[in-house]
Amino acid sequence: MLRSPRLIPILLFALLAAVPLAGLFIRDGYLLSLFTRVMILAIAAISLDLILGFGALVSFGHAAFIGIGAYAMGILASHGQEGLLAGLVMALAASALFALITGAISLRTKGVYFIMITLAFGQMAFYTAASLRAYGGDDGLTVARRSLVFGSRLLENDRVFYYAVLASLIGVYLLCRMIVGSRFGRVLQGAKQNPQRMQAIGFNPYPYQLAAYVIAGMIGGFAGFLLANQTEFVSPAYMSWQRSGELIVMVIMGGIGSLHGAVIGAAAFLLLEEWLSGFTEHWKVIFGPMLVLIVLFMRGGILGFLARISGAKNG
Amino acid sequence: MAEPVLSLKGLRKNFGGLRVTDDVSLEVRPGEIHAVIGPNGAGKTTLIHQISGFLRPDAGQVFLGRRDVTRLAPEKRAQSGLARSFQITSILPAFTALENVALAVQARSGSSFRFFGKASGEAGLNSAAMAKLEEVGLSERAEVPAGVLSHGEKRALECAIALAMEPKVMLLDEPMAGAGHDEGQRLISLMQRLKAKIPMLLVEHDMDAVFRVADRVSVLVYGRIIATGAPDEIRADRAVREAYLGEEQATGDARHA
Repeated sequence: MLRSPRLIPILLFALLAAVPLAGLFIRDGYLLSLFTRVMILAIAAISLDLILGFGALVSFGHAAFIGIGAYAMGILASHGQEGLLAGLVMALAASALFALITGAISLRTKGVYFIMITLAFGQMAFYTAASLRAYGGDDGLTVARRSLVFGSRLLENDRVFYYAVLASLIGVYLLCRMIVGSRFGRVLQGAKQNPQRMQAIGFNPYPYQLAAYVIAGMIGGFAGFLLANQTEFVSPAYMSWQRSGELIVMVIMGGIGSLHGAVIGAAAFLLLEEWLSGFTEHWKVIFGPMLVLIVLFMRGGILGFLARISGAKNG
Repeated sequence: MAEPVLSLKGLRKNFGGLRVTDDVSLEVRPGEIHAVIGPNGAGKTTLIHQISGFLRPDAGQVFLGRRDVTRLAPEKRAQSGLARSFQITSILPAFTALENVALAVQARSGSSFRFFGKASGEAGLNSAAMAKLEEVGLSERAEVPAGVLSHGEKRALECAIALAMEPKVMLLDEPMAGAGHDEGQRLISLMQRLKAKIPMLLVEHDMDAVFRVADRVSVLVYGRIIATGAPDEIRADRAVREAYLGEEQATGDARHA
C-alpha cells in the first residue's frame, strides 16, 4: 500500500490538516505552535532536499536563508512596513540575491570544498546578523506583530496562521515536485548522477545548479519569513551552523531525494527533540546516538524503512 | 577530396615531464571510420579527452569541420555536433534507458530552463528517444533503470545516446571493451551501418574489429602517430609490426599479425 508514491504525501498533509482538531481536546496552543514550527522547518528541509537530494549539492549553510528571510521580515517591520506582501517580497529578494552571489562562487567548487564554502558563507551571514546593533545584535529583534494581510491582523489567530503555513507547505511541495519532473529537473538530476556524461551530451551543469540553488535559497528565505511571523522574534541563532546541520539531518532522516521525506524528517526530528527533552535536560546524550543509529541502520531514512516493511508484507 | 569533419593539427600534451600527445595530426573524413590503435599507455584516451574537450592540449588545434574548437568546453563541442562514448561506461544509472536518451534529445531541442510541465510526458522527446533505442536494439529495455542493464546493453545505450545527439562525428573510446562476442558483432554491424551518415573516430584495442570496420588506421605509440593508412598497409608496415603488432605476435597471438 505504501508503495503508491502519492499516498504518503497525501496522508502526511491530511494528518497535518487534522492537528488543530486534536487541539480541541488537549492544550491547544502548545500543539499548534509545535506543529506550525514542524511545517515551517519542513519547508526549509524540502528546499534543501531539492538541491541535496536531486542535485547532490551538500549545502552546509542552508540555515542562512532562513535567517535572511526572517531578518528581512523583522527589519522591515521595525521600520513600520508590516504588510505581508512587502515582507514576503523582501524576504524572497534578499535570499535570492544571497543565493545568487554565494552560489555563483560555491558552485565553482566540488565535494568537500563545496560543503566548506557554503558553511563559510553561512557563518558570514550569522556573524553579520549578530553584529547588526540597530536590530538587536546578538540578542535578536522582537517583532511587534505578525504581517498584516491588507491591513488586517488575520494571521494573529494561531489557527489561521497554522493553515496558512500548511497551505504554504503544500504549495512548496507541489512546486518542487513540478520542478523535479520538469526538463530542468532532469538536467539537475543528470548532473548529480554523472556530470561528465551531461557535458558530453551538451549540458553545462553549472547554470542549472545555480538556478536550483537560488530556488532553494528563496524557499529557505520563505521559511524564515514564516518563522519570524510565528515567533514574532528574529535572532542570529536561526542561521547558526548547527541549524544548517539539523536541516541536513532532517532530510537524511526522512529519506533523501523524495521531497516528502524531508517533511517526515522535519517532523521526526522536532518531535523526538520535544519528547526527549521532556524526560531529561541531557536529552542530547540520547538524541545524538539515536541519530547515528538511524543513519546507520535505516538506509533511505524513515521512508526507506517504510518501503522495506511494506515490501516485506506484500512479499 | 571531401573536407574532413574532424581534424587535429599538431596536438601536444605533457603531463609533467611525460609527453603523452606528441604532435598528433589526423583527419576524419565524411563516410569513414578512422581507427586509432596503439599499445596500452600510448595516449589514446588522453587524445580522446583533448578532442572532446575534457582536457586542454598544450599546443595544436582541433577543428570540427572548419571551426576551431580548441578552446571550447566539452558541452559546446557536443552542441556543435561532436558525440563521444567513454571507455568506462558512462550513463545516468538512476534514469531509465529511455530517460537517458530523452535527455540527449532534450539537449538539442529547445530550452532546458523549463521548470513546469513533465519532461516524461513530452511525446516529442520520448518518440525520438525510442527511435534511437530501436536503432541499437534496446527498445524492449526502455523502461529499465540504466544502472541495472547488462554491460553490453549499457554499451548499446551509450550508442543510442550518441545517436540522439544527431552528431556530425562520433568519438568511440574502446566500444568493444568488455563486450561479449555477440554484442561485439552487433556493435560492428551498427558502426558499418552508421558510418555513411556519421563518420567516426574509433579508438580500439580489439584488432579483429579494427581491421574489419576501419577505412583507415592510425597507429599511436608513445603519444606519436607512427603510421596512417588503409588496414592492409598498416598490417604490412614494418615500424608498426615492430612497435605494436609484433608485441602481440610475441605472445603467440599470430592471427592478428
